[in-house]
Order: sequence, then structure tokens, then C-alpha cells
Amino acid sequence: MYRKYFPIIAMFMVLTIILTACGGTGTVETVIETVIVEVPAEGPPAKAEILDRVLERGKVVCGGRTDLAGFGMLDEAGNNTGFDIDFCRAVAAAVLGDPTAIEVVPLTAADRGPVLQTAEVDILSRNVTWTASRDSQWGNFTTVMFYDGQGFMIRKDSGITSTADFDGGTVCVTSGTTTEQNLSDFFRQNGMEYEAVIFEESAAVYSAYEEGRCDITTSDKSQLASVRSGFADPDAHFILDITISKEPLTPAVPHGDDTWFDIVKLVSYALINAEELGITSANVEAMKSSENINVLRLLGEEGDWGYTDLGLEPDALANAIAAVGNYGQIYDRYMGPVGISFTLPRGPNELWNNGGLIYAPPVK
Amino acid sequence: MATLENKLEIIQPPLPPGPLKWVKENLFSGFFNTLMTIVLFPVISITLFLVLKWVFLGADWRAVTQFPMLYTVGQYPRDQIWRVGIVLSSILLFLGISWGKWGGLLRTISFTAGLVFIIMALLPVQHPQLTLGMRSYLGSNALIILVGYFIGRIKAVKDIYIVIGWLLIPFFGIVLLAGIGNSSILPSVPTTLWGGLLVTFLLAAGGIFLSFPLGVALALGRRSSLPVVSAFSTIFIEMIRGVPLVTILFMFSIILALFLPPESRIDRLVRALMAVTVFSAAYTAENVRGGLQAVPLGQIEAAKALGMGNLKTKIFIELPQALRAVLPSIVGQFISLFKDTTLVVIIGINDFLGIGRSIINSDPEFVQLRMEVYIFMALVYWVFSYFMSLASRRLEAAMGLSDTL
Repeated sequence: MYRKYFPIIAMFMVLTIILTACGGTGTVETVIETVIVEVPAEGPPAKAEILDRVLERGKVVCGGRTDLAGFGMLDEAGNNTGFDIDFCRAVAAAVLGDPTAIEVVPLTAADRGPVLQTAEVDILSRNVTWTASRDSQWGNFTTVMFYDGQGFMIRKDSGITSTADFDGGTVCVTSGTTTEQNLSDFFRQNGMEYEAVIFEESAAVYSAYEEGRCDITTSDKSQLASVRSGFADPDAHFILDITISKEPLTPAVPHGDDTWFDIVKLVSYALINAEELGITSANVEAMKSSENINVLRLLGEEGDWGYTDLGLEPDALANAIAAVGNYGQIYDRYMGPVGISFTLPRGPNELWNNGGLIYAPPVK
Repeated sequence: MATLENKLEIIQPPLPPGPLKWVKENLFSGFFNTLMTIVLFPVISITLFLVLKWVFLGADWRAVTQFPMLYTVGQYPRDQIWRVGIVLSSILLFLGISWGKWGGLLRTISFTAGLVFIIMALLPVQHPQLTLGMRSYLGSNALIILVGYFIGRIKAVKDIYIVIGWLLIPFFGIVLLAGIGNSSILPSVPTTLWGGLLVTFLLAAGGIFLSFPLGVALALGRRSSLPVVSAFSTIFIEMIRGVPLVTILFMFSIILALFLPPESRIDRLVRALMAVTVFSAAYTAENVRGGLQAVPLGQIEAAKALGMGNLKTKIFIELPQALRAVLPSIVGQFISLFKDTTLVVIIGINDFLGIGRSIINSDPEFVQLRMEVYIFMALVYWVFSYFMSLASRRLEAAMGLSDTL
């Protein structure tokens, strides 16, 4: 009697195994790496297709996030704010003359790549690290807007003062991310042992760290600064002056539309050059009668910075600056000494002539 | 007549015992029970005391109380919020009408809903978003249910009108919420701005009402004698049931977009709804199929003998009996669907849980308050799930199922 059903049961089990195997049983982070999909047969949008789409729609669609303090978050009224969001507003102000003409699509780590590949968003401004493989697969990366890197936060009472004391320490870390991998690489390269305390959710990692489960926690430095500012006693912790990974956070645009790529890059050049030239959202009108020829060029008062070729208004960049301010103003709004979210010294995000890495080609 | 009265007397229940007797019977009825009471009473009291102390003194509910609108409607533009209000009120109106018409379980739901709105309207706290206008809107919702009740009592309001009304509400609601193009009265609100409980309910309700007919169709298809239909249904059901919901969500959210040309892009929220619907339909189909198998063959033969066609037999003989038999499991599945909608967080839709997570991570200070936020959200999910299971139990009782199954 039972023997009769054996083949059926066996078949069913095999089928189940195959289906679950196809079903991708890994974590979210695994999916990021596996969803590498061919660009559809229609191919990437033809020249200026995205710009046309933006103009027709009257709105810039940005891939962003709503759950990262400082970069992309929600205010009480439900508006999107943050460093990444302000860049998007700057582009909307330049192209459409209206910084509120944006629609923010909240994206997770898993769908940010495909969404850019299929040009579902016009800009991906979501705290994304620019890497070579992403550049070739996902879209065109514009200009680095924020130089981040993985660092360590340490409890002062742990007695650790430098990486030399790390051996045998306990480290709180989020699971399944490159952060975890960088951490193990770092310890292996330096021939040290550590005990990892791993959590799925980043909020849980920092709570465990604050409660004293670990001496050390690791993440991107901007995140560490943000977390530290939320602690009951921020002064009991310090962020070590060492960076173990390069995380250039860069807005990206879909492949295929060079005009749109140029425009988005130009907006970031304008924001950076504005800080260099001392143009702020407050004085942008007054600066239009400046003596400085570079200021006049940037604001579209003299010469053509390329607006005729790109199909923009001469004052497009001036509008962007008026809407969100220059690079330094955006930075300070969220992460400056009296920033909304937290305070993080600019470090590598200082202008190039101030000892930092922020540098943009001249706008002229 | 006299015998009936006698019987009534006999089955009259004994009077409820006094409190002292109750304590003796339930807590100190034997040696072990007495011991258990003595040991557990202080443990439970201390735990309860600590919990209450934390809730009222220790916990910091800022991250919950500061964002009532975010939790309910997400980023829906605040100057368009009246549209959500109208949709809610019209649902409540029809709830009231149905209560007036059919009574029973709907009365309990109406009463509870009305009570909740009155309590919210009269909350004795100062809150910037709980303005006089908001309070009067919340209060008037209770009134709307009552008005609906009296409309439902009118004889001229036929059952069929109410059913048509319920069927039209989703369309009316979606048009009102989404808006029409660039009109000045109803500017379109992109679904990326929808969030909070609004999206949770939309996904759950949409999933339930769309998956049910699809599930019934699949169940019938699987039992069909046409090989193509039955093979398709079987493959569909087993494929969907063989993979986790997360996978299906990713499939619809990411892969589908890659196959479709850019012009025919489907809205993200609709894609999530499709995934939830397809997932739920496969399980509903199997439930319904179980019910169909339980219908005795004699019923079908009798229908045939009466000259009923295949379709008529299915609709009037098989399905009603089958659905009645599997009602508890279908409702149970809908409750789990309601909770499963939280998974849309991983494809970037800010449902109730997603908004909570966004709030926690939006401000470094709130990371410490995540316990309070999660407890609040768990409570909200529990309340709705509990009401659904309560409703299903009442429904079973009303259909005479509680004793037979």
C-alpha cells in the first residue's frame, strides 16, 4: 500500500528542494549580489530620453531612502529630507526651476541596482558606494558627494586607545554586509583575534554596544557619528582615527542618456564650486553683480557654461544653489556643528583647497 | 406548553458563584493548586508591576506620539489628507448601513469602531496634530456609523444596494486617493507617498478580496477534467506554494520590471499587491479544494438528476458547501496575510512597519527608543489580528460551524 506512494513522495520532495533552491534562500544582502540582470531587449534609453521624460513629467524621480539619519529621512510632516535628498532637489531646481518637483522612491539595498538598470528612477541618490562593478552594471556614477569609510567606535572605559589594543576584543557588527567582511579582513591582515557579536538590525547592534556587550563597534564613520550623538552619554565613546575601507558615496544615473548624465554632474560641480567661490543660497542674487568672472559664469550672467547644448536656462545652476545652498551649506544643514541630524567634522569632505578631497571641474 | 416551561426551568444555569467561592474553586481547590497560587501570585504581580512601571514611568513614547500622521498615512500630502478621511468615512458609513440591515457581528464591529473614534476624539492630552478639526472629524465618524445604522433600518434600502455599494467603495477609494492627472481638485498623489496603516490595510484588504476569487477559480481549475486547465492550476499552485513570500515579492518588484518595456511600467505598490494576491490565492485554492473534496458525491449526483448543468452545480451546490466547510481556515489564512504584508518593507514600501523603522532611524536619539516603537506596532498588529479572529469565530457560530467542526 505505502510502496505505491513512494515514487510520488520522492518526486514531491525533489520538486520542493528544486523550488526552494530556485527561491533564493539567502539573506537580503545575498540577493543584492545575485540579482545581476540583463538589460531588457529595448536597451538603455536613447539620447536625452531621461531628460525629455523629466521635462514632460515635470518631476525628477529619485531613488532614495527614508531611514538613514542625515542622508535620507522623514520629517514630522512626512517630507523627505537629508543630504542625498537635497542633491535631488538641486537637480530638480536646475532642470525644472522647482526644488519641490521631486518624487522620492524609497529603495532597499536589494532593489537599488535593478531600479537603476531599468531606469525606473532618474537619479539614484541613496548613499551608494561607487564601485567598478556597479559602475559597469547599474548605471553611470556622477561625482563623489561624500567620502565615507568604515571606522571603529570604542568605549572609553575599555582601555583601548589604538588598533594595537584590538587583539581579543569583542566587536558588535551588523550581519551579512560588507562591513562584516571588511572587519574580518582587517583583523586577519593584522594577525589579531576578535569575538564578533552579530545582529541583523543596525539599531540592535548599537544598543548592544551601548549596553556594554562589546568594547568596539564598526560601521561607516558617518553612521558611527550619527549613532554616537544619540547615545545617552556620547562622551563615553570615541571614534578611532582610522579608516579601513573606501566608501565614496555617489549619485548615479541610468546608462544611456549622456545629456542627463552631464546635467546631474554639472549640478554637483556647481554646488561645490559655489562653496569655493563663496556663493550661498542667501547671497546668490547679490552675487549676480559680482566682480569675479568665475562667479558670473557659474550663475549664467556671462558666457555659456554649456546650457545651450544641454537645453537648460542660463540661471539653472543659480536656481539650484538658491534652492539648497552650496555644498558646505547642505553638509552643515544635516551634519554640521548645529546640524539637524548629528555632527561630523568634514574631514575628507572639506574642499580640496582646505585639505579635503571635494574637488570639481570649473564651470565655464 | 407546560412541558416546554418545565424544560426551561430544568436547563436554567446555576447562579454564578460569589467571588469568594470563585477564588476557592479556581485558585485553592487542592494542594498543588494552592501551592501554585502562592508561588505564582507574587511572581505575576511583580512582573505586572514592573511592566506597568516601565510603560508609564520608564518608557519614552516620544517616537510614537510625535508622529501620529506618519503612522497612519505615511507621507500622504498633509493638505490632501481629507481624501483619506472621506474614504475612511464612507467605509464607516457602509459599515453602519450593513449593521442596520444585518446586525449580528457587524454590530460588535460598529460599536467598537465608534467607541475607538469617540475615545480618540476625547483623548485628554495636548497634541499639535490633534487639533479641534481633527477631533471633530474623529468624533463625527462615530456619528456617521450611527447615521448609517438608521439608513440601514429603512426598508427601501435593499440588500443588493448595499452589496453594490461595498463593491464600488474600492474603486471610488482608489480614484480618490490616487487622484486624476493634474486636476486642481484632485491632484494625483503618487503611491510612493502612501504609507503607514493606509498601505498595510490596502495591501491586506486588496490581497484578501483579489485572492479569494482567484483562489476559488484555481481550486475549481485544479479539479477540472480539462488537462490544460488542471495542469496549469496545479503548476501555478505548487510553484507559488513552493517558494517563500519574500521571493515572490522580489520577483514582482525586480524581475517583472526588467521584462516589461519601460513604457508599461507597473506601479510599485500595485506590484507588491500582485505578489501578495498571487501568494494568498495559491493557499486559498488549496483550502477551497479541501472543501470541494468534502462535498459528498451524492450532492452532485442529485444536482445532475435535477437537470442542473455543470456550472450551476458548481455555483449553487458545490461551492456554498465547500466554502462553508473551510471558512475557519480561510479566515486564518487572511489573518496571516495581514501580518505577512509587513514583508513589503524589504522591497522599499513604507507600510506601518516600514514607517516605524524609518522613524527609528531618522533621528539618532530614536535608535534608543526602538523598543517602544516596536511594542506599539506589535500592539496595533495584535489588536487588528485579534479582531479578525474574533470576527471569524462569530461568523462560524452564525453559520453553525462551531459545533460541527
